[in-house]
Amino acid sequence: MTSTAETATPGPAPDAPAAVLEARGLTKRYGSVVALCDVTLDLRAGEVLALVGDNGAGKSTLLKILSGNTTPSEGTLLVNGEPTVFRGPTDATAAGVATVYQDLALALDLDVTGNLFLGREIVSSSLPGRLLGWLDRKEMRRRTEAALERVRIHVPDVTRECGDLSGGQRQAVAIARAVTWCERVLLLDEPTAALGVEQQREVLNLIDHVRGMGTAVVLVSHQLPHVMEIADRVAVLRRGRLVALADRETVTVERLVSLITGLEGEADERTGLPISPKNTSHGGTR
Amino acid sequence: MTQTQPSVRITAPRLTAVGERAGSLWTLGVLVLIVAAFFVAVPQFHSKAAWVATSLAATEVILLSLGQTFVVVGRGIDLSVGANLGLSGMVSGWAMTQMLGGTGLSQAAILVVGAVVAVVTGTLVGTVNGLVVTRLGIMPLIATLGMMGAATGVTQLINDGQDISTLPPDIFAIGNSAVLDGWIPVPVLVTVVITAGAALLLHRTRFGRHCYGIGSNPEAAARTGIRVGRHTTAVYALAGSLAGVAGFLVMAQLASASVTAGQTSELSAIAAVVIGGVSLFGGRGNIAGAVIGTLIITVLQTGLVVASVSSSWQTITVGVVLVAAVFADQQRLRLARRT
Repeated sequence: MTSTAETATPGPAPDAPAAVLEARGLTKRYGSVVALCDVTLDLRAGEVLALVGDNGAGKSTLLKILSGNTTPSEGTLLVNGEPTVFRGPTDATAAGVATVYQDLALALDLDVTGNLFLGREIVSSSLPGRLLGWLDRKEMRRRTEAALERVRIHVPDVTRECGDLSGGQRQAVAIARAVTWCERVLLLDEPTAALGVEQQREVLNLIDHVRGMGTAVVLVSHQLPHVMEIADRVAVLRRGRLVALADRETVTVERLVSLITGLEGEADERTGLPISPKNTSHGGTR
Repeated sequence: MTQTQPSVRITAPRLTAVGERAGSLWTLGVLVLIVAAFFVAVPQFHSKAAWVATSLAATEVILLSLGQTFVVVGRGIDLSVGANLGLSGMVSGWAMTQMLGGTGLSQAAILVVGAVVAVVTGTLVGTVNGLVVTRLGIMPLIATLGMMGAATGVTQLINDGQDISTLPPDIFAIGNSAVLDGWIPVPVLVTVVITAGAALLLHRTRFGRHCYGIGSNPEAAARTGIRVGRHTTAVYALAGSLAGVAGFLVMAQLASASVTAGQTSELSAIAAVVIGGVSLFGGRGNIAGAVIGTLIITVLQTGLVVASVSSSWQTITVGVVLVAAVFADQQRLRLARRT
C-alpha cells in the first residue's frame, strides 16, 4: 500500500466545488495503537462522500475527529481553507459541522419541536420572558414546521413525541435537526442501520435532498449498495489508512469489498491511481 | 441516484400523549372514587375539620412532591426531602429562638428571617445533594440516602434531640389561620401559589424543558450544549428549597420545630409522583399528576384516620394502592402501545 507520503495527491479538478472541510495528514494514536494514520481528504459542498471500511478500519475515529469528539495526534483540519481546531462537538457545530450519531441522540419523550430546539429554545422576547426563559412555543412550532418542510419531511403535527415515531422517522428528525443548525457539513453514522427497506429508502431520499441543498455529507455505512446508490465519492479505510478515494461511478461493490478486506492486494501500488482515471482529479488513491 | 422526492411522513398516532392524558384522567378518577367512598361510608368525612386536616396534611406532601417531580423527571430521586424538611424547620426554629433573645427585631421580622433561613437551609442541602450526584458521580439513590441520614442526625444535634417550642407566638397564626370562613388554611393558599409556579416552571420554561431533555436522554442533552451537571444540581437545589418551605409551614402549623417532622414524608412524596404518572426512568410526568397522586395518598390516610382505621392498616392500604396504581398504569400504557 502506498502511504500519503509516497503518493502524489493531485489537486481537485478545476470544475470541482470548493472544499468546505479538509483533513490533512490526520493521525490518531491511543497509546501504542494507531487508530488512524496519515489520512488526507476533502469534503465539498453538495456532495456525498461515503466512508467505508471493516470494523476497526478507523471510520469511527475519523468521524470523531471531524465531529470534534476527539483531537488528532497529528494533522490539521481546515474549514473553508482556514486551519481549525475542534476542542469539542460545540466547536464543530459552531463551524457548521453537525453529526447524526448512530443512536440519533434524540430525547424520545420530547416532541419533534422539543428535539429540534433542545438546548436552543426560543424564549419570549419580553424582559420577563427572557429572565424566566419563557418558551415561545408557537414560534418554535412554526420554525420546526418550516425546517421540516425545507428538508421535505411531512409532519402533520410537530407536537408528536419522537418515541411514537418509527426508526426512519426518528432518523429523519435527527437529520432535519442537524441540517437546521449546521448547513455546511453533515456527518451521518450508519443512518440506515436497523431500518426497514421502506425506511431506508426514505433516509436515502432525505440524504439526496440534503445534498441538493449544498450540504457536504459524510456517510459512514456498511451497506455498500446504499453507498453505490447515493455517494458521489467513496473513501475506503483499512487498518487506519485511507486505501482508496474514488468517484462512485468508477468502482463496483466487488471492488470495494476487495479494498475493504484487502484480499485483492493493493492495486494502488501498481499505478498509484488504480480505480479510475477520473479519480486522479479528486484527490487520488492512497 | 435517481432523483426522487424525499418525503418522510410522520403520521404515527400520538400514543404516548394519548396515554399520558388518559393516565391523568385515570388517576383523577381514582381520586374521585376514593373521595366518594369516604363521603358515603364515613359521615365525619363531610366535616370542615376533616377537610382542613386533609388539606393541611396535603400541603406538606405536595410541596415535597413538586420538588420530587422535577428531580424524577430529570432521571434522579431524592430520598432526603423528608429529613431536609425536618432540618430546615429545626434550623429556622433555632435561628428564631436566638433572635427572640434580645435582637430588638419585631416578631414579623423574625418570622420573615425564619422563613428565609428555612428556605436557604433546604436549598443548601439540595445543592449538596446535586453536587454529590453530579461532581462525585454518586448514584442519586445513595447520595440522597446518605443525606437523609446526615440531615436527620444534625436535626437531633441542634437542640439535643428536643423540639423547639419557644418560637414567636405569631407563627401559630401563619400555620393555622384560614380564609373563606375557615375553609382554606393559609398554608394551603401558599401551596396553591407555589404549585402554580412549579407547573409553569416545568411546563412553560427553558428550565423545565431541559429537565425533560436530560431525563429523557442525558447524553443527547449534553450534546446539544445543555450543562447537564449544573442543571441537575439546580434541580436538587429546587427540591431542597421546597422542602425548606414545607419545613417552615409544618413548624408554623405545630408552633414548634419538631425533631420528627418530615420523617417518612419522602416515601409519601415518591409514592405520590409515581401514582401521578411521573416515570422513575425520567423524561415523563407532570405537576398535575403529582398533585393528584399526593391527594390520593393524603385523602386515603386522613380518611382512614377519620374512619378510625388503625395506623397499621393505613400504611398497608397506601402500600397496596401504590403498587396497584403503578401496575394499572403499566397495563394501560401497554394497551395503548398495542393499539
